[in-house]
Amino acid sequence: MDCEHPHHLDAALAALGDDPAATVLAGGTDVMVDLSFGQPHPVHVIALRRVVESAEWQEGRIGAGVTYRRLERGPPGALAQASRTVGSPQIRNTGTIGGNVATASPAGDTLPVIAACDAAIEVASRDGGVRVVSWADFFTGVKQTSLRPGELVTAIVFPDPMPAHHEFAKIGVRNAMVISMVSACVTRSEDGTTRVALGSVAPTPLRATAAEEMISAETNPGESALTEFSRLVSAAVRPITDHRGTESYRRHASGVLARRLLERCLRREPR
Amino acid sequence: MHVSMSVNGREVSGDVEPRTLLVHYLRENLGLTGTHVGCDTGYCGACTVHVDGISTKSCTMLAVQAEGAEITTIEGLASNGELHPVQEGFWERHGLQCGFCTPGMIMQSAYLLAEDNNPDEDTIRHGLDGNLCRCTGYHNIVKAVQYAGARMRSEEPDAPDWEEEGT
Repeated sequence: MDCEHPHHLDAALAALGDDPAATVLAGGTDVMVDLSFGQPHPVHVIALRRVVESAEWQEGRIGAGVTYRRLERGPPGALAQASRTVGSPQIRNTGTIGGNVATASPAGDTLPVIAACDAAIEVASRDGGVRVVSWADFFTGVKQTSLRPGELVTAIVFPDPMPAHHEFAKIGVRNAMVISMVSACVTRSEDGTTRVALGSVAPTPLRATAAEEMISAETNPGESALTEFSRLVSAAVRPITDHRGTESYRRHASGVLARRLLERCLRREPR
Repeated sequence: MHVSMSVNGREVSGDVEPRTLLVHYLRENLGLTGTHVGCDTGYCGACTVHVDGISTKSCTMLAVQAEGAEITTIEGLASNGELHPVQEGFWERHGLQCGFCTPGMIMQSAYLLAEDNNPDEDTIRHGLDGNLCRCTGYHNIVKAVQYAGARMRSEEPDAPDWEEEGT
């Protein structure tokens, strides 16, 4: 195994351009675990920890190397909430949003926030330059993305301004060091436009569009509207049964979680 | 690959296999066996060290990634023969049973107290939620951190709860 530590993005892209099959190492919270679990050692690792450009964060453009630690202390809202639920303090000190996106686990905690906010993924390569890909086109399956050979995730681009309200929550067996069973993000604008995205209930982050349309038309949702919203969210998800939870529990919890987050959006002052 | 870094204030360097984990470099190349290996997968926190002042699980980092970094391990916490307040707290409040998790617990506690030396119990428990104690001695660990916080604020620590119970 051989390991490179580029200090700048162009050097990282050059290294990956020379060897598109190289293993890209960001915070190490996924790659290093696989390695220690006995996966074959990669031949060539490109470690991004020192790439200075990737730690840049300007307004809605968050560099891929920004850690959960910085995000949880950033502007209050769904992204900070999601980041605070990741792993443990040590994991948040090293794990990055770019790593979360590039790994594309169905349970990636920032993914529902990215999907609900309609954020985009900025990617770059030595030969192909920079592309900005919508989240919906980026995530293609379980740990599958539309990244092309030689491409790196360079930033996540959130809309500016963000919706007036955005809330995130997840369910797992404990509050720390847990892979979520269901995660959700709800956003609501002043005009009532509502978005709801869920994680861990489909191969990729999923938007419950029928629920969104129904509740966006309600200026002041009452009990029956909230119940219907919850029902439509539960109907939209496509969970599986695995060692973390059953299909029926995840379906039920999706609706409960989404409704709870919507109620927080309706109750709280705009962000 | 050649690697050099500062460990507990001492400049060290050597050749390592690129796949060497930081924790193995510390233990096997430098003989600093105070940092324990529990799970190897970033779960248990026993291998927690400070990398440039930031607490990190040293099993999720390659030694070569620490090139040029300042590492602090449990062996580097005491200074001039004086225990660090967190070490003193674990001693005074019986913050350990078997001791396996203790180096990681102490390093993580020192990190959280460096950020906020007057945390409430909830903050302490959340701050340590990436460190597992299989003896489940969390109660006294929290007391140990509170003791250390008081010492760092130059206040008198609360009396140990076994004295309160005796009255």
